[in-house]
Parts: sequence; C-alpha cells; structure tokens
Amino acid sequence: MKYLDEYRDARVAQELLEQIRGVQKRPWVLMEVCGGQTHSIVKFGIDDLLPGEIELVHGPGCPVCVTPLELIDKAHAIASRPEVIFCSFGDMLRVPGSKCDLLTVKSRGADVRVVYSPLECLKIARKHPDRQVVFFAIGFETTAPANAMLVWRAKQDGLQNVSVLVSHVLVPPALEAILDSPWNRVQGFLGPGHVCAIMGYREYEEISARYRVPIVITGFEPVDLLEGVLMAVRQLEGGRAEVENQYARAVTRDGNAAARKVVSSVFEVCGRKWRGVGPIPQSGYRLRAEFEAFDAEHRFDVGAIDTQEPAVCISGEVLRGIKKPHDCPAFAKECTPAHPLGATMVSSEGACAAYYLYGRHLKPDNRNAAGKAGQAG
Amino acid sequence: MCLGIPGQVVSLDDTSGLRMGKVQFGGVVREVCLEYVPEVALGDYVIVHAGFAISPVDEEEAARTYQLLEEMGQLTELDETDREAGSGQVERPGEKAL
Amino acid sequence: MPDDKDHRVMPGEACPVPLPDHKQIVLGHGSGGKLTQDLIEKIFLPNFWNDCLARLNDQAVLEVNGSRLAFTTDSFVVTPIFFPGGDIGRLAINGTVNDLAMSGATPRFIAAAFILEEGLASDDLVRVVESMRLAVAEAGVLLVTGDTKVVNRGKGDQVFITTTGLGVLERPGEISADRARPGDRILLSGTIGDHGMAIMSQREGLEFEGPIESDTAPLHTLVAAMLEASPEIHCLRDPTRGGVATTLNEIASRSGVGMEIDVRSIPVHESVRGACEILGLDPLYVANEGKLVAVVAPEAADAVLDQMRRHPLGRDACCIGEVVAAHPRRVLVKTEIGGSRVLDVMMGEQLPRIC
Repeated sequence: MKYLDEYRDARVAQELLEQIRGVQKRPWVLMEVCGGQTHSIVKFGIDDLLPGEIELVHGPGCPVCVTPLELIDKAHAIASRPEVIFCSFGDMLRVPGSKCDLLTVKSRGADVRVVYSPLECLKIARKHPDRQVVFFAIGFETTAPANAMLVWRAKQDGLQNVSVLVSHVLVPPALEAILDSPWNRVQGFLGPGHVCAIMGYREYEEISARYRVPIVITGFEPVDLLEGVLMAVRQLEGGRAEVENQYARAVTRDGNAAARKVVSSVFEVCGRKWRGVGPIPQSGYRLRAEFEAFDAEHRFDVGAIDTQEPAVCISGEVLRGIKKPHDCPAFAKECTPAHPLGATMVSSEGACAAYYLYGRHLKPDNRNAAGKAGQAG
Repeated sequence: MCLGIPGQVVSLDDTSGLRMGKVQFGGVVREVCLEYVPEVALGDYVIVHAGFAISPVDEEEAARTYQLLEEMGQLTELDETDREAGSGQVERPGEKAL
Repeated sequence: MPDDKDHRVMPGEACPVPLPDHKQIVLGHGSGGKLTQDLIEKIFLPNFWNDCLARLNDQAVLEVNGSRLAFTTDSFVVTPIFFPGGDIGRLAINGTVNDLAMSGATPRFIAAAFILEEGLASDDLVRVVESMRLAVAEAGVLLVTGDTKVVNRGKGDQVFITTTGLGVLERPGEISADRARPGDRILLSGTIGDHGMAIMSQREGLEFEGPIESDTAPLHTLVAAMLEASPEIHCLRDPTRGGVATTLNEIASRSGVGMEIDVRSIPVHESVRGACEILGLDPLYVANEGKLVAVVAPEAADAVLDQMRRHPLGRDACCIGEVVAAHPRRVLVKTEIGGSRVLDVMMGEQLPRIC
C-alpha cells in the first residue's frame, strides 16, 4: 500500500535507530501525544528497540480514555431508550461507565450500532424516520470535521430524528496541563500528526516557546515515529526547543482551512472535564447555540445521572505521564483488558491496555531508565 | 487516536450536494467524503479518517523525505556489505515489494 | 514524585467500578476469544467433565469397539447468510468437515439441524440447502439425518444451522492441541483474514467494495496429503473465530510451550490488508474458514510444506515460526521492523476503531 509500506521498511527503521544511538548522549523523557502513536509504538515494538536511556511516556491522546464518566453514563441511558438507534465508533463500545458498557446495554435489547463514518447516521435516520438516531460524537480535533459535517448536513436536510452526544477534546490545553504540573517529567513531545493535519501547528509554536520544549509533529508509522524521536533527541542534545514537522507529507503549518471552517460554524470552544485528569478550561468543543436542537443532552432528558466514583486507580497519573502502567499495583493483576479498573486499560490505545496487550508486563522493561529520568526531573 | 490511512481517489461524485468519492486502499474501495479536500483530483492520494479525507498526501514532500530515508537505508546496506566483503559493487536496493 | 498520602483526589480523577463478572451473555462470549474461553472453563467444563472433553479440541476422538471415531458439532449463526464466496450452508458443511479433519480423521457423515425464523423467504432456504448439497458432494460425505424447527419472527436471525459430524481415524497416531514440542515448526496453509473481512464488507455502517471472498473450503484432502508426507504432525487447528492469534495461543497454552512467529512471513491478500488498515483491525485476529495451522516435527516440516504447496488449498503455505521452550504459554511476534511484541488472546469481539 503506497505511502504506508515504505514507512514500515525494516532497513530504514534500523538506520534511524542507528542514528538515534549516535546522537543520544544523555537520558531523555519523550511523550507521544496520540493514542494511535502509542498503538504503533507498541505494535511494532519500537520502545523495545530504542536505547534504554530514551523513555517514551504515553500521553492523553486517547479520546476514549478521557471521556468523562457522566457522559458515558448518559450515553448508556440514551441508548437504552426504545426509540433510539445509538450509533458509535467501535472504540466506545467497551468503555465502562458506572455500571456497565455499551455492549452490555446492547445485550439488554438496546439498538447500538457501530459506524465507520458519522455520515452513516444520516442514512440510518432516513431509513428509520420513526426512530431517533443518536451519534456519540467523540474525538480530538481530527474527528471534529467529520462530526461537524454530520450536524451541518442534518440541519441542511431538515432531519428531525438525528442528534449528537458531544465529547470533543482539544490537544493543546492537555499539553499545557501536563507541562504545568510540578511533577512533569516530559522533556520533549511527538506531536499529534492527524490533529495537526486539521489544525496546523501554529498553536504548538506558542507552547514550545513558552515552556521551552521541543515538539516534533509526527506521523504514525514506525519510520515516522523513529524519525520523530531522532529529531526530538537532536533538539534536546543541541539545547534547542522548537516545532518541527516530521509528517510533512500530510501536515502544513496552517492545516486544513476548509475543515476548520465547518468545525467553527458548528462547534465552539468550552471547558471540558477529562476523565482521570479533571476539568481543563477551554479544552473541548460544544455545539453552537444555533445547533442546540441537535444536542442529544437537550433532546433526551435522562434525569439525574448518579455517577459512582469508587476506588482510585492511577489512570490520571498515567495519562499525564507521571507514572507508567507497570507502576500501578493493580496492573495486569486485578486490572486487565478483560476486567478494566480504569480508563487507560479500556481502549486498545490507552496506555495501560497498549502495555498489556503487547505484553510489556512480561518483558524486562525500562525501569532503570525510568528511575534515572525520574531523579533527573 | 486518529487512525488515518492513505488511499487513492478513483472516482468523484458531486450529486448528493456533498463532494463524495471512492478511495482505494490496497485493493478495497470505500466511499469517502472529499468535502475537506476541494483541490484533490482523480488519481491523487489522501489521508482518510472516519470516512473523511482530512488532507491530501503531498507527493513531492513524501518523495523528498523518503529519498533521504532511502539513502540512509542504502548506507546501512553499504556498511554491511563493506564489512562482509571488504570491496566491490553494492547492489542498489530494489523497489520494496508491496 | 507525588507522595500518595498527600495526593489529593481531584474531581474526575477516579476510575469506574470494575465490570462485574458478566451477569448477562454479551456478544463477546461468542467471538472465540478470552470471554468464550471463560464461559467454557467456568460453566461448561465443570458440569460435563470427562477426560475427553477436558482436552478441549475441536473434535472428540472416541474408541468404539476397536474403531477410532472422530465426533464433532458446531453451530453457524453468520449474518448475512449470503456473502461473497459463500453462504451459511456451505460454511456449515465445510466447518464440520474441517473440525473432523483436524484430528486426521476421514469425514464420513453429517447431521444438520435447522432453526428457521418465521418469515424467512423459502427461496433463500432453497438456495442455502442447494449450496449444502454441493458442499456435501465436494467433501465426499453423506448428510444422513437432520431436524427442522421454526421460531417466531425476531427470535432467530433468518437461519441458524447446527451440524454434527462423524469421521473415521484410519491412521494410528494422535493429533491434538497438547502435543506441540519445542523445536516444532509452525506451518500456515495460506492467506489470513479472508472470511472475516468478506463478512465485514457486508456489515451495515462499515461496507466497502473489493474482491474479498470467504475462503470457506473443506480441508480434509489437504490434511490427508500432509499425513502422507509425514506422520509427525503434532497439532492441527483451523483458525476460525479469533483468528490465527487465538489458535496459536490455544495450542501454546494446552501444550505448555512458547512460540515465536515472524509477522513478515504471514501471507495476507492486498485487499484484506487494505480493509483491515482502514477499519483498524489486525488480520491475525480475523476469522478464517478454509485455512489450517499445523505444528510439525522439525525434520518433517520441509516434506509437509512441499505437499501442502502441491494441493490447491495450500498453494501459499509457509512456515511462520517455531515452538520454543522459553516463555511457556506465550506467543511472541517479531514485527515488520524487527521489534518484538506478545500476541495475546483476543478479549471480546475485535471492533473497528477510528482511534
């Protein structure tokens, strides 16, 4: 597959590793922001191949992981209504709410359907005019244009039986929350490639300058990730702190204007609560007033949702890169993908699940490097 | 997040009021919304996420950076062959089989 | 580092209740992965315990008056009932023939029970049954008895078919999931993911076009050819739901051995790859219906592989790895770039993702 296979080339990957080894003199802690990048790192065994002195910490770029508990519970309540056809990306189906997940809700008779594109909801709505189609609109900036188009078209076409449950989150405020933490250990970032394909990377220049951290906008294939690490380490070794664009074949400084235009007509920025992290101001999207009619939270009065906040796990600290999954005493024991205790174990690209699925708990890990970097931080 | 896969635009369809098209990914074809890539033409490559093309693939940029990477890959082979044989011709690495 | 004692819990910084041990059956229980295993180990096995069942093979090998018989049953609930490359009827016959073949038995007799949903088009039933007739003939078996029930509209997905098969073991020797030994080679008969992705291509909300067809096929003649090449075949399994990953884990687990696989050696059709990439699925976990995994003694591997490649159903046969003594019950994969990861059993269903 063109523009995919080349970036999985073993020779090129080995050469990049060689270059990284050549450049790296001191230990460094890097964070890859995107869950998709985490997925790739673990799937291709990249952190295994990197020198032990370079520690990769997994960031909060997993919209599945950070969707607040109340919203998951609301989703379940809405999906349980007999008139509703609840549509969602596959990612959300196994995320546990206070009591159960969407798959369990489905097993109790709810009409829950997986879609690949939000536009499928329009087709379903037209096919079932007597039912209410509700779409779980989650994601970072990358998915906002797709979700926005659903709402835009629904309004254009005057569809009365479509609404969306919104849980959009933005990356830059999350990075700032991480960098503001007094316990932050992250020294450089692999920036979110597809988020920047939409948004461009001007926002990151400001963050890089203010906090004096290198941010390398990186793609998702092994060669991209290794090149991103190389560029970040070069900056760190050279005492530089700027934004570089590794993923130039898909990302430009100004991003995708056409997409942002539709997003800003449908959504506006608001504060959002991040599961495991807490509320972050100006960190999400909500529907603009003129699209309120399409807001599932208004259309369906699901009453007071009793959100149970029981035992504390360390998801929050993992999401902020302060701890690693294997630092958690429950990791791979009480907490596994089959019985997740926290958000980061549920999604296949949540840091804990990624670690577990690809077996990090079974292999000698980077504890030494983690220890060193922790002391240095 | 953000699973985005490169594919080639093989047909265009403006009939529904939205710019749609069919994009090919290694042998399968899927309907994709091209509203956000108005500049893209038949035969161009796009990155597709959740059924939407979010960006064209800048083929020049891809070629330029890939050439650099390829040269690096050749260097690795060069080193290995030199170490093994000590001298002589090095075969140019062939096209990667897909 | 924050001291846990002093760390104040922030609002939102909490975790959900762990999912209780399932009070209800969910779709994941049928997907062939960890949940299915749980169901078998916690509910079925304890209630029906005997030495034969405990081996948890896809078929039971029984001694009856000096003859060795292979006995198996399977249910087919696929939707849609007609899909590229096949239909539920063909799937049912081939599926049961294959379960018998995986013990090295010659399949002989099939029984078929139909549960039909009220409202099913008679033409559709005819189409399914005609397809079964052809599959039966192709496999060289006889369908000797059956049953039919009809359930109310909405209580059955058009048609469910349960097939039970009986075969005869004509060769001595034992093929079983617990017989893998360090040093054995792991062989795969061809491309993976075809069946699962053919079904996926028809799923509402996920559809795509392409030449992907189910690989449903009867494997008993391929197995016979392999056994002609060498009797040193220790394990045979057809990687159906849960895919090759689940099958390798099952064998590793039953045999108490480790495995090392090279992902680059595993053949995948370009279209299956493309479909998996866009939906975010891993071909190693996608169902196959016309492929087998064989664990064979190292000295026999070349001869067996050679025979496989001569057979129409084994043209793309290859060696994908080996059995090792290290890391028992774990399957390790060498990745495309030479890294390493553990290949775990699938949790529930593999779902398409956008993240």
